[in-house]
This record gives sequence, structure tokens and C-alpha cells, in this order.
Amino acid sequence: MHNCVPRVFWAAALAAALALDAGAAKQTVKIAYIGPLTGGVSANGIGGRNSADLAVRLRNADPKARYRYELVSLDDECKPNIAVQAATKAASDNSVVAGVTHYCSVAAIAAVDTYHKFGFPAVVWGAVLPDITYRNNYAEVHRVNGTMINQNDVAAKFMTGLKYKRWVIIHDTTDYGKGHDKYFTEYLTKYGGQVLGRFGVTADQQDFTAELTKAKELKPEVIYFGGLTPIGVRIRSQMERLGIDAVFEGTSGIKSDSYIDGLGKLAEGSLSFIEGAPWEKLPGGLYFIGKYAQQKYDQGPEAYGPFAFTAAGLIMDVIEQVGPNRRKVIEELRKTRDRDSIVGKISFDDHGQNVVPLITKYVVQDGKWVVWEDSEYASGRRKLK
Amino acid sequence: MDVGLFGQYVANGLMLGVIYAMVAVGFTLFFGVLDVIKFSHGDVLTAGAFAGLATYGGLQALGFASPAVQLLIMLLVAVAAMAFLGALIAKYLVLPLRTAPPLNTLLLTLMLGAALRECVRLFYPQGANPKPFPRLLPQDAVALGSFMLRLDNALLLLGGLAAIAAVHFVITRTKLGLAIRAVAQDAETARIMGIDFERVVLLTFALGSGLAALAGIMNGLYYSEINFSIGLLLGVIGFSAAVVGGLGNIYGAILGGFLFAGLQTAGAVLLPALLPQLPSAYKDVFAFAAVIAFMAWRPTGLIAEKTAERV
Repeated sequence: MHNCVPRVFWAAALAAALALDAGAAKQTVKIAYIGPLTGGVSANGIGGRNSADLAVRLRNADPKARYRYELVSLDDECKPNIAVQAATKAASDNSVVAGVTHYCSVAAIAAVDTYHKFGFPAVVWGAVLPDITYRNNYAEVHRVNGTMINQNDVAAKFMTGLKYKRWVIIHDTTDYGKGHDKYFTEYLTKYGGQVLGRFGVTADQQDFTAELTKAKELKPEVIYFGGLTPIGVRIRSQMERLGIDAVFEGTSGIKSDSYIDGLGKLAEGSLSFIEGAPWEKLPGGLYFIGKYAQQKYDQGPEAYGPFAFTAAGLIMDVIEQVGPNRRKVIEELRKTRDRDSIVGKISFDDHGQNVVPLITKYVVQDGKWVVWEDSEYASGRRKLK
Repeated sequence: MDVGLFGQYVANGLMLGVIYAMVAVGFTLFFGVLDVIKFSHGDVLTAGAFAGLATYGGLQALGFASPAVQLLIMLLVAVAAMAFLGALIAKYLVLPLRTAPPLNTLLLTLMLGAALRECVRLFYPQGANPKPFPRLLPQDAVALGSFMLRLDNALLLLGGLAAIAAVHFVITRTKLGLAIRAVAQDAETARIMGIDFERVVLLTFALGSGLAALAGIMNGLYYSEINFSIGLLLGVIGFSAAVVGGLGNIYGAILGGFLFAGLQTAGAVLLPALLPQLPSAYKDVFAFAAVIAFMAWRPTGLIAEKTAERV
């Protein structure tokens, strides 16, 4: 009698295998996408979601793929508490194998512990706070984009190279804004710039006239802003209201089309620094943007879309290799070295951080973010301030 | 600090103050006639600003190009819509609870505020994102030393002051105002004297809510941007201003509004100067702490309410 059970089991397994083979149905594997789908920076989140979705659609169209993929899209609202909820939702669902996670640093830094606790492989696609990969040594957490350390190094060197000397720093008081303040100040001092004043503001502040009037008194040549688009728009617009004649230098946080939409002509001459390069200059940029256009999404991929696409592609590559098993996916992700992607080579260091050498400088010219080297500002036909 | 910069701080503070005062006057009006605190007031302001923005979108689609006409129609639509909303709130949510404990009205309007805010967020197209507000006022500016005199700021300031003055005129010089004051003083006696109690209450709520819509549009014009949560902090500040000035007293509300703006501006300037480690983000903490101190010193507000002078 006791032999009966295994015999039934094997018969059932055989039948199932035959049925699978006959229908050639692939097993469905779920991966999560987490980013800000609502709120002030939702343009970036939706661009990232579309880009990850594109990677999934392309993979599903590939007859050689072993699995069929499904993207589970979750909103972190760019808020730490919501990010933890979204991370928990994704990680506690065993059918979700890995995640393409977070544009906002505050959201990502809050969620990394959750990924660690659940042993959930996460590949960050947009958040730039160094601590996300470097504060802990969590095997689960990886990042395909660079950090604000590289960004601010390039920014400080570039601006001092243009002979600017006097800065006022405005940053939001989240980890993200404080990080920018810290690294920019560090590099600016190294390259000989001077910080005249520093203002920490809340991330949802409306009125900056008092801070900006104080800044005006200090007569800076450049106002550096470490924060995201919504308050970036407010600060730039209130600068004009108060007649502050200084260059507005932002970070990757304002490199979005909604910054220009929100300001119109006032955006002209604003600067931003960001990891990677515009799609025209990315190794696989033309391919990416061509495929993206075919899908007719409502909104563009925004600056970090190619990174979300890369993160999703990387995760699926690994799943193809080792199967939909979280532990194996983590082990395999860690081994990523010199892997080709549309954003260039991906190599993770021992903290899962991609060592990206490339930072691109942007300036707004005629209502568009233009690479500095290609702009009329660089050629000398226009002047910043 | 030179005179120009000082002037700039004063101008910034006045602009904030006028918006706060307009919100505070609303709180004081509602409290004056019915002894209720209507916590959805800030969100009515948000709804007013969004009603104005939606009207602007409609006008653009219809091809009205003149900024003056656009602004006028926006103001009319937003103020009328919010006045109507205010009256509805009074008739169906506030008046039926008249005999219930005041805490119920407070909770009810608090929840209504949250509902209004979420409605804007969910039902306005992409309502969760900040919306650029059109610049409809002339943008001319003169630099007087380090003071930037802008025509649009001056117009907004004058407009706000005129609106407050108009409300004051209505309250003190018109028949409706007389009726409002009578109801505020003693509702029962006012009824006996032939005043239509319900009508007066509805009109008062309409007046206060229309003023909030105006404040919402001014806020949008000043910052060139609105979002679904502007009313949240403005509501709390407006309420604090009304309380610190003396709830139920219109002068107190105005004074409280300007006082709060002054405290915020002073906080943003002085805090980093005195304590360099403290970011200016603490200005709200400073301003609210000062309000608490004022309340401890004058529990009934700076201009204490005398029953004979209510509203």
C-alpha cells in the first residue's frame, strides 16, 4: 500500500509534463516594478514603469525565452512609508521573483531593509543616494545607475571650471537632499568654490521667499539646489519673482520634462547632472527609443527610463539562466561583470553597485534639456549668467 | 541689512499675511454666526483654486485670449462655485448638527476636508501632480536697489486687502451684515426680530467660502503653481491665525494672519542666523511655537471677543 502514493505521484507528474509539452505553455514568472506613479515626480515613475514594461514585452515576444514574464506595477508615491508597504507587498508574494525598484532615494533607503528581510532581489533603477547600496551590505540590493557621489564630483569640477566662485546651497531636508548637500560641499571645497549660505527646506514647502531673500543678500553667482522637481520649480520661479540673478544649478532630481513644463521660459539656462547619457549617446539608445515609440505609451521614458529597462532586462536574463528562484537570482546577479546593456557595461562591485564612469551635464535650451557639449552655452553663443 | 532687503522681507511677509488673513476671516465668520469650527475651509480653498484652473483650461479651449477677461471669468466661476459649496455644506452638514456637541461638527468638517482633498487628487486629471498656474497678471518689475517691486505682487496685495475690506464693509455697513451680527450676538432674539436665521447662516458660509476661493486663486497667481494639498497647511495656519487673533473677531483674524506671516518670515531669517546648525525648515516650528506662547499669554486671543462685538 505504501508504494501506491509515489506511483500515483509519478503518474500525475508525467501527465502534467506531457500536457505542458503538448501546449508548449511557458511558466509565468512575475517581477515587480516599484516607482512613484502618482505625486510630483510621477512623470519619472511612469516613464520608468513603461520602460520596464517594454523590456517585459520584448522578452515575451522572444520565442527563445524559457518563461513568460508578467510585470506587477506598484506605486511608492516617493514616500518612505508607502515604499515600505509596496516593498512588503511585492516581497511577501512568493510568486514575485525580483523587483525593479525605486526612483526616489527616500523611498529606496526606507525599503532596503524589507528586501533584505524577505530575501527579495531588488535592482534599483533611479535613486542616487549612496547609502542605498553602501550603508549595509545587503546581498539582495543592487543598483544599475550611479550615485550622487559621482554626480556631485562632476558638477563641482565643471562649475568651478566655468570660473564660478560663490554658491548658495538650498536642499531639502530628506536623506536625498542632505546627501546632495554633503557631497556637493565636499567636492566644491576641494575644487576651490565657496559656500556662502545653506538652507535646508522641507520637501513640500510652498513659500521660499524668506530663504531666497536671505540668499539674495549673500549675492551668490550660483544657486545649487539638491532636491526634486516640484520644489525645484517653485524655487526657480520665486527666484525670478525676487529678481535673483544667479545660475540655477540642479541635480539629477530636476532632470525631467515636468521641470520645463512647470516653468516654461524660466527654465532656460538651468543645469542638471545625471548618470548615464541621453539615449542618442547610449550604446543601445536608438534601439531602446525605437522600440519604446512602437508601443505608443502616453508618456516618454524620461531620464531614468533606460535604467529601468536595463534593470528589468538584467533580472530576466538572470531568471532565464538560473530559473525563478530568489536565492539563485541573488547569487547570479552579484556575479554581474561587464555585461552589455543599453546603458553601457554593467559591473556590480561587492555592494551590488554598478560602477558607472559616465556622468552627463545638461542645460535647458529653448524648452529642452540639451547635453552641455552640444548646447549654445558651451559654444559661447549664449551665456549662463 | 540694507533697506531694500528689509523692504523685500516685509513685502514677502505682507503677501503671505494677506492670504493667511483671508483664510482666517473665513474661520472667524463661521465661528461668529454658529459657534462652529469648519475644518474643511482650507480644502475649499484648494477646490476653489482648481475650479479656477479648470475654468482657465476651458477658456483656453474656447479661444478667449485676453488675460484680463480670463482672470475675471476664473474669479467669478471659482468664487460662485465655492460660495455655493459653502452654502451646501452649511445647509446639509453643519445646520443639521446644530444641537449636537460642537465636536461632531468639527470632526464632520475635518472628514469632509479630507474627502474634498482626495476628490481633487483623484478626479482632477493628473490631480496628484503639481499644476502650473497661468501667469495672468502683468509681470513688469522695477528693481529699487535690492528690493524687487513687481506689478503682479502689488496687484495681488491690493486685491487681497480690497477683498478683506469688502467683507468688512458687508459686515459693518449693510443690512445683511447687520443680520449676521444680530445672529452672531443672539440667534434666538434675531429670529424673534424677523431675521431669517437659515438664510443668514447660508449667506455667511457662502461669503467665507467665496473668500477662500479668492485666496486660492491668489495663491496660485503668486506661486504660479497649485497642488491638491495646498489647503492643508493653509487651513491649519488660517485657523491658528484666527484663534491667536481672537476667534469670532474679524480684526483679530486679520491681525493673526499678518502676525503668523511675520513670525514665519522672522523664523526663516533669524533662526539660521542665530543657530547656524538649524535649517530654515524649522520656521514653521518656530511660528507655531510662538502661537502656543501667545495662546498661553492671552487664552482668548489678542483681541478678546466681546459678545457685543461679535463678527
